[in-house]
Amino acid sequence: MESFFRVVNLKASIDGNLILKGLSLEVNRGEIHGIMGPNGSGKTTFSNVIMGNPKYEVVGGDILFKGESILDMSTDERAKRGIFLAFQYSEEVPGVSFMNFLRLAYNSVNSYRYSDFVPPKPLEFRNLVKSKMALLDMDDSFFNRYLNEGFSGGERKRAEILQMLLLDPELVIMDETDSGLDIDALKVVSRGVMEFKNERNSFVVITHYSRILKYIKPDFVHVMIDGRIVKTGDHTLADRIEDNGYDWILKEVSYGV
Amino acid sequence: MAREEIKNMKIDFSKYDFKDPEKYSYKSSKGINEDIVRKISEMKNEPDWMKEFRIKSYRIFEKKPMPTWGEKWLLDQIDFNDIYYYVKPTDTKVRSWDEVPEYIKNTFDRLGIPEAERKYLAGITAQYESEVVYHSIKSQWESKGVIFTDMDTAVREYPEIVKRYFGTVVPPNDNKFAALNSAVWSGGSFIYVPKGVTVEIPLQAYFRINTQNMGQFERTLIIADEGASVHYIEGCTAPMYSSNSLHAAVVEIIAFKGAYVRYTTIQNWSKNIYNLVTKRAFAYEEAKVEWVDGNLGSKLTMKYPAVYMLGKGAQAEILSIALAGAGQVQDAGAKVIHAAPYTTSKITNKSISLSSGKTIYRGLVKIMKGSVGSKNHTSCNALLIDEESVSDTIPHIDINEDKVSLGHEATAGRISEEQLFYLMSRGLTEHEALVTIVNGFIEPFVKALPLEYAVELNRLIELELEDAVDTGARKVKY
Repeated sequence: MESFFRVVNLKASIDGNLILKGLSLEVNRGEIHGIMGPNGSGKTTFSNVIMGNPKYEVVGGDILFKGESILDMSTDERAKRGIFLAFQYSEEVPGVSFMNFLRLAYNSVNSYRYSDFVPPKPLEFRNLVKSKMALLDMDDSFFNRYLNEGFSGGERKRAEILQMLLLDPELVIMDETDSGLDIDALKVVSRGVMEFKNERNSFVVITHYSRILKYIKPDFVHVMIDGRIVKTGDHTLADRIEDNGYDWILKEVSYGV
Repeated sequence: MAREEIKNMKIDFSKYDFKDPEKYSYKSSKGINEDIVRKISEMKNEPDWMKEFRIKSYRIFEKKPMPTWGEKWLLDQIDFNDIYYYVKPTDTKVRSWDEVPEYIKNTFDRLGIPEAERKYLAGITAQYESEVVYHSIKSQWESKGVIFTDMDTAVREYPEIVKRYFGTVVPPNDNKFAALNSAVWSGGSFIYVPKGVTVEIPLQAYFRINTQNMGQFERTLIIADEGASVHYIEGCTAPMYSSNSLHAAVVEIIAFKGAYVRYTTIQNWSKNIYNLVTKRAFAYEEAKVEWVDGNLGSKLTMKYPAVYMLGKGAQAEILSIALAGAGQVQDAGAKVIHAAPYTTSKITNKSISLSSGKTIYRGLVKIMKGSVGSKNHTSCNALLIDEESVSDTIPHIDINEDKVSLGHEATAGRISEEQLFYLMSRGLTEHEALVTIVNGFIEPFVKALPLEYAVELNRLIELELEDAVDTGARKVKY
């Protein structure tokens, strides 16, 4: 059976520096995978390469989504086909209404996915957004703001998850969504994610710390060091890393640093 | 503006590039001389004072040198002898839409003017080539003494007020193009708002150039008497032609004590037109003048809307955007002259360059001796869409008084690839993402526009950016 999301010996560089050095990963439908790793291990590079950020150059390997290589697909096509990246640092786009942006994105992906898609009327769409916002304890004031402009750390992360809920992706990459969140905000964000999670969609949760994995329970935990997955286990691996850090793994895999 | 609304509007791109068969009752020969100037005045049955004003102006035009600054190499390509200075499309003016000749009506239909009027406009003066052919103003304003008519009619029907103010804000010897306009002007709007009268709905005019090699030299004069208030909107679109045309307008505004005038223009001249316009306002005590000025088309634009603050507490606000694409230079900016105490001015300029286009912000902030407590804030932001595009900022500051406050901020930067990536990661195409970012960039300007203009502006920008993406001017590939 063709796997849902498969990364094969992926090598990628930025400005000529090789960051991903042969990363392989396999994710089936409905699974949650945690990827943990120390700073500089290539986690953010990995998420950007999956989404097709032109800053990074893929120099080897492949990324397959539902059996097809996505490497030649534009960023927007990847999004339309159902991949979503929740950014660690989302961009501020001044002057662009948050609400209009959501509507534009919603209509873009849905008209690609469904030939009979009819864009919702402004009021219908507003109500749809409101229902999702309620899950994330977001209030109406977001309607009148510009995209991420002046958003606090917690507001940004909620805004990312809100977009995920609206765009209904099949594969979600979360890049350090827990960083900069207090515990209450983390609970709210995780609740939104778990509400959305079902047997059809899959998650790759990239994180430095294990705490988000207490709320979004992973089926597998991978450890990424120096651009490769060096160890894979179940959720107890995350606890061991929380208690003991990464040094023991380095020793165990006797990875030459 | 919601994007899907824009998309659903079914943009008819050809509307910006069509022309009618030429039909005239009179067309002057090419070129300019004193006889042609006299002839224009005679054709219009003007009083002697206007004829003399024209002839005097023509002599100034002959003597005045071309500007020696700015994009001189482009200016020097203008051949004054290869331009028609006067074309009269129909002999009679009409006041009801039904009476407008069919071919002219078609043009305006494609521009959407009748709908615009039906919706909310108080009055329309539409200039087709040199003469105003259609004019109306809602009777409620007329009964309050508001005059909104074309300049030619105003010279004949309101000579005392026109003679008193015409050419006082922008005198013929101000610059070569103001002199040329003063000699051959035709059409334009005249507005007089009596003391204390507020015109709640914008007054509006459209302008088009249709004859190849035809200059357009409209002349607008707006007078807001004490405590009066008015918003005037002028929209310009012109069909494309292969040889160069000249647009040299003059706009004069006088805002008396406590008056408020806003003048909004979105102009989208075709890309072979020289757009050399002198716009200036006098603001007396506690008066406020606002220029909202959008420049999209033309080959070369040189335009610096000015406000002279002549009375205590006068205010000026100049909000402008410029977009320069392939082969275009937008040399635009603002001038504020603080000539009285406690005067305040605000300049906001946004420019976008793409496909090797060039934008220039050229500004003057002058504070005269004695203008204590005056304040200016200037903010200029330039956005470059690709590597080949250019932007310059040339601010002149001339301060002759100590007790004043000045703020200036300027930014120039290439479009953020990270912003593009972010938007595309949500399913927007590169073109959609670019349009979204650029429309966000000019949002402070768009907010100041009536809805229809905001829609039109966003559409025009969408069109320009499509070219930029299609021609591969941008290097980054997603």
